[in-house]
Amino acid sequence: MSLLEIKNLHVKVDNHEILKGIDLKVNAGEVHSIMGPNGSGKSTLAQVLARRETYAVSAGEVSYNGKDLLAMKPEEAACEGIFMAFQYPVEIPGISNAYFLRSALNAIRKYRGLDEIDAMDFLPMFREKLKLLDMDEKLMNRSVNEGFSGGEKKRNEILQMAVLEPTLAILDETDSGLDIDALRIVAQGVDAMRNPERAIIVVTHYQRLLNYIVPDFVHVLVDGRIVRSGGPELALELEEKGYGSMEGEARHATPA
Amino acid sequence: MSTNMNTIHDLADREYKWGFVTQVEEERVPKGLNADIIRVISAKKNEPEFMLQWRLRAYRHWVSLEKAQAEPKWANVKYGPIDYQEIVYYSAPKQKPGLTSLEDLDPEILRTYEKLGIPLEEQKHLAGVAVDAVFDSVSVATTFKEKLADLGIVFCSFSEAVQKHPDLVQKYLGSVVPYSDNFFAALNAAVFTDGSFVYVPKGIRCPMELSTYFRINAANTGQFERTLIVADEGSYVSYLEGCTAPIRDENQLHAAVVELIALDNAQIKYSTVQNWYPGDKEGKGGIYNFVTKRGKCLGANSKISWTQVETGSAITWKYPSCILQGENSVGEFYSVALTNNYQQADTGTKMIHIGKNTRSTIVAKGISAGHGQNTYRGQVKIMKGATGARNYTQCDSLLIGDKCGAHTFPYIEVRNSSARMEHEASTSKIGEDQLFYLRQRGLKAEDAVSMIVNGFCKRVFRELPMEFAVEAQKLLGVSLEGSVG
Repeated sequence: MSLLEIKNLHVKVDNHEILKGIDLKVNAGEVHSIMGPNGSGKSTLAQVLARRETYAVSAGEVSYNGKDLLAMKPEEAACEGIFMAFQYPVEIPGISNAYFLRSALNAIRKYRGLDEIDAMDFLPMFREKLKLLDMDEKLMNRSVNEGFSGGEKKRNEILQMAVLEPTLAILDETDSGLDIDALRIVAQGVDAMRNPERAIIVVTHYQRLLNYIVPDFVHVLVDGRIVRSGGPELALELEEKGYGSMEGEARHATPA
Repeated sequence: MSTNMNTIHDLADREYKWGFVTQVEEERVPKGLNADIIRVISAKKNEPEFMLQWRLRAYRHWVSLEKAQAEPKWANVKYGPIDYQEIVYYSAPKQKPGLTSLEDLDPEILRTYEKLGIPLEEQKHLAGVAVDAVFDSVSVATTFKEKLADLGIVFCSFSEAVQKHPDLVQKYLGSVVPYSDNFFAALNAAVFTDGSFVYVPKGIRCPMELSTYFRINAANTGQFERTLIVADEGSYVSYLEGCTAPIRDENQLHAAVVELIALDNAQIKYSTVQNWYPGDKEGKGGIYNFVTKRGKCLGANSKISWTQVETGSAITWKYPSCILQGENSVGEFYSVALTNNYQQADTGTKMIHIGKNTRSTIVAKGISAGHGQNTYRGQVKIMKGATGARNYTQCDSLLIGDKCGAHTFPYIEVRNSSARMEHEASTSKIGEDQLFYLRQRGLKAEDAVSMIVNGFCKRVFRELPMEFAVEAQKLLGVSLEGSVG
């Protein structure tokens, strides 16, 4: 059984169909990359998997770990091990990064019937993860994302992923807005978290992130449909030829 | 409507858990207000002549205001006319004469305070907090009195102060809020029945928090308490007040007056957690909280600091203010006001700079949920002689849902060109994106809202004494319950 199995997923936003029949299987231990031009539905797919309720699923099924993902609230999906690194992380003024993350971790632990972690046990672990992402300790006491640079916000997302240790991580355009050094640190941070129990879906527009996180599978999403799937070489082909070459395929694809 | 909005509404629906009624025998005067009622109240309290005369002057002034229809209407709140003749102005639990210890107190009243989490037995009480408990119109118990008396600190009910320290009362009563100040202050001066009195002598730092817990119990009564705190030269005191009332369908009037006086180098810190019954989900019932609070920094280098967390009441009309008369004196106002369901609040402060190099800080946080309407109204006035005066004002509003409102009315009046004024304001909304972000990390919707609101209020909460800050955070969570889904 796959960790994640998407069957014929259709999604509407404001009565406009964005995803027009997605089929995808992701097994534990795999890294999948979803690539595609702007407006193709990549972020919508990520948000639906994270259970954002503003997106209406009009048809299809998604099973995660054998459970009906589409019946879950966002917090349930999170507690079941789904994590999304946001393209635009929000700011929470007045709440420190450390307090926020500990609250999140404890909410998840509570859901799983585990004891809560107190501040004394949490901080050493948190410091460890900060090192992994080459982040300043001062970030622990700063308000969540408030006054962070674009790069710091993205790093902070990956820091959260490192602390929450998800089973399925979805990275929504984590590379956008990163300079080349930050990109390397973030990507290496993610790559270090690959393991046989964890699946990662990397949603990206560009190939450059995939130099560091080499995917097992690449899927090209155009106009709400996956028009091609392949290995890492597909990303390189796209880099060379652009998405234009695939758009014809989208038009000719049979409606699901 | 999206589920997020439902969460917001659910969170606003939590019940008011302090809404029970205590069955005690009451002694009350007939309803209505006239000079005879005032004579009865004054006689019941065995007051000296100066008190009665002051009350009667206040009453005559109030009558003239009522005739002139001078009940203040400028606040951004809406309510039907109040019939002042339908209110009972004195209600007290019947007591045995000569109540000397807690054992003589009606056990029902003791249980009430215990239920509210305010045990009056000293040995059970939190170390470091002395409590005066006011039940309807009278003070029923004051703890740690003797311990404080050893330092010369007077902490007692207002009635007792009138008997035992009439000179201090006569000297300071009405010196900050004269009975002629406004409609509700005049009404309070005429009929107030009890409250707390504090005097901290020269050079004494009060070693514990002083606290008054106000409870309205009886039906159809108004609560009119009066608090007077005098900090003599070089002294320090931190005072807390909390308040609750039973759930009733009728609106009840609470018109209190608080006067603070700080002499040279003295400091008063006054904190309030106001949780009067706010009315039900449809806006039925609830307390009208029309309160005049003002402090006078009379001495040089004195400081008065107000911190308030206002979550209760159907209507709040309240402007804890500072008159900065002494040179280098400091006034502060930190406020969190939450309106949910159909609550309305018009609250803020006045900082009147008279002395040289006086400084004031205002940090006001308004949170509106449900159909709540929240108004900040503040005045900063720099008088001619206030050379070198400074003010910093920060005024932020947070909206939860799309049926509530936030309003801001800052007034700034500067008559001395050396003044420095800063004003910052912001309005934000708890967005679907913020909620989704927190929920995606595993937090339940209502915990997510609570977290965002607590972060928003942090600057104010850190001014509260430790136990109160924890209490305030919880209270905010409870008051918001039902406002998110």
